[in-house]
Amino acid sequence: MSPQMIDRLSQAAFDTLFMVGVSASVAVAVGIPLALFLVTSGAGGIFPAPRANRVVGIVVNGFRAVPFIVLLVALIPFTRLVVGTTIGVWAAIVPLAVSATPFFARIAEVSLREVDPGLIEAAQSIGCRRRHILLHVLLPEALPGIVGGLTITLVSMIGASAVAGAVGAGGLGDVAIRYGYQRFDTTVMTVVIAILIALVCLVQFAGDSAVRRLRAR
Amino acid sequence: MDGLAFVGLHDAEAWAGGAAASRPVSAAPAPAAPRTGGTVRFEGVSKTYRSAGGEVRALEDISLAIPAGAIVGIIGRSGAGKSSLLRTVNRLEEPTSGRVLIDGEPIAGLGTEGLVALRRRIGMIFQHFNLLSAKTVRQNVALPLRVAGVDRAETARRVEEALRLVGLEGKADSYPSRLSGGQKQRVGIARALVSDPEILLCDEATSALDPETTLSILGLLRDINRRLGLTIILITHEMSVIREICSEVVVLEAGRVAETGPVWRVFGAPEHPATRALLAPLTHALPEDLAGRVSPHPVPGARALLRIAFAGREAPDLSALAAAAGGSVRLLQAEIERIQGHAVGRMLVAAEWPEAEAQLRAIGLNVEGIGYVAADD
Repeated sequence: MSPQMIDRLSQAAFDTLFMVGVSASVAVAVGIPLALFLVTSGAGGIFPAPRANRVVGIVVNGFRAVPFIVLLVALIPFTRLVVGTTIGVWAAIVPLAVSATPFFARIAEVSLREVDPGLIEAAQSIGCRRRHILLHVLLPEALPGIVGGLTITLVSMIGASAVAGAVGAGGLGDVAIRYGYQRFDTTVMTVVIAILIALVCLVQFAGDSAVRRLRAR
Repeated sequence: MDGLAFVGLHDAEAWAGGAAASRPVSAAPAPAAPRTGGTVRFEGVSKTYRSAGGEVRALEDISLAIPAGAIVGIIGRSGAGKSSLLRTVNRLEEPTSGRVLIDGEPIAGLGTEGLVALRRRIGMIFQHFNLLSAKTVRQNVALPLRVAGVDRAETARRVEEALRLVGLEGKADSYPSRLSGGQKQRVGIARALVSDPEILLCDEATSALDPETTLSILGLLRDINRRLGLTIILITHEMSVIREICSEVVVLEAGRVAETGPVWRVFGAPEHPATRALLAPLTHALPEDLAGRVSPHPVPGARALLRIAFAGREAPDLSALAAAAGGSVRLLQAEIERIQGHAVGRMLVAAEWPEAEAQLRAIGLNVEGIGYVAADD
């Protein structure tokens, strides 16, 4: 491989990490409140708002139903509004975040739902207000599951980011398609795949060991 | 529930004497007056659950008064409504009708602030402990104070005291998953006591524990009742728990109060079939070998099987019994215990003299004729 190709690959790896990192941060920042809303606003929840709960549930499902490549194009006006451009890394971050947020929210929701209702009852009995229940009961008790869900989200985002080349965002997937596939450069293809595998393994390993540490208490 | 002496109720004085040295869990710097437990009053409390399948009447018109410092047991089969009743005290459940008064104040009208304040005066422990797995023992016990905005130094001091009271000083930094069931329940008790409540609600607190641990937890509750004077309301489906620590028992059946009274009387002279059913595990049935041979009619040479129930201040007088029986009287089975200073229990005897049953009644014994068996010798 030429030195330029090595440069190109390292730039691509950096772009992938950057895209995934920024949009995962958005997914966590928006997805966790969204999941808390979905869990606590149902009938009989601590913030009951069943109608809003249903509406939000449908919106979340709607976003999850649209394939990422379609979302990427469909969101172009929104992307322009948010980041002022429709090409490059930032143009990919918006649809990546929009697609990862409901995905992560649903996974976090499952973990939050598994928190024993008896713990909420106990918290109420000792004089916890609702925000205390979110802060001291629901989030900490669901944390191992949420971290596990974040791992899954990150891995699927690394996959989705390969499509970001469609808006000129670069990244590993883009290099694989343009050089490896379209120019039949098997070496590049192999190296990209190796990097992706290493990346996914690293994320999975870090996530698993974090979950193990959290569960060991 | 009137005119009853509650065990341990007025030990508050003894406790106040030693208060300066060892007041176990004290309130914020306040006059050091001995605190007494709270009173709870249920007035016509009903609870109906509405579901797709129709209405379930969990509680129907319950009226009870629980005095300060008492240990009251609410017993019933599962589904009798005991859990719902207990939860109306701290409004984890809202009654459909009727009202609950704590220290004479109705609690139904309390807003969020009032409810949070009320719950800080009422501790609660649970069958499955309900400890936060992501927090250490210390953090679990500190949580009620933390959310109440108590400062760090004060919190640390009171958490230490609460942990000392339940005998878990050494476990403060462990996570609940590392503890045994009994230790977990002790953490639950410490968490319930750290905000210095007047009332402690126990929801099947020993049902998940082995018999030995159950006894030690009940002993701890009794001790806490004596030292702190707080009112304890516990629900259980085990009569042995009631016998161990309660002064007063309420038997619930299908959402209604079936029977209520001091423990010795409900044990010695149960009136309601539900009470008898709950007592069955603690009482001996007619032995198999006799049950097969008992006949309802007297036959020549047969002995009368008599069951005599005791529930009173006086312990059974055996010589009076023998004299009244007027001849050979054999003791087949007996279970007499002392509960709250009363002799409570039953004995099964076989009497030779045909008039024995009437004569035993005549000396004031509660006798039930079971039948007749031929002498086996």
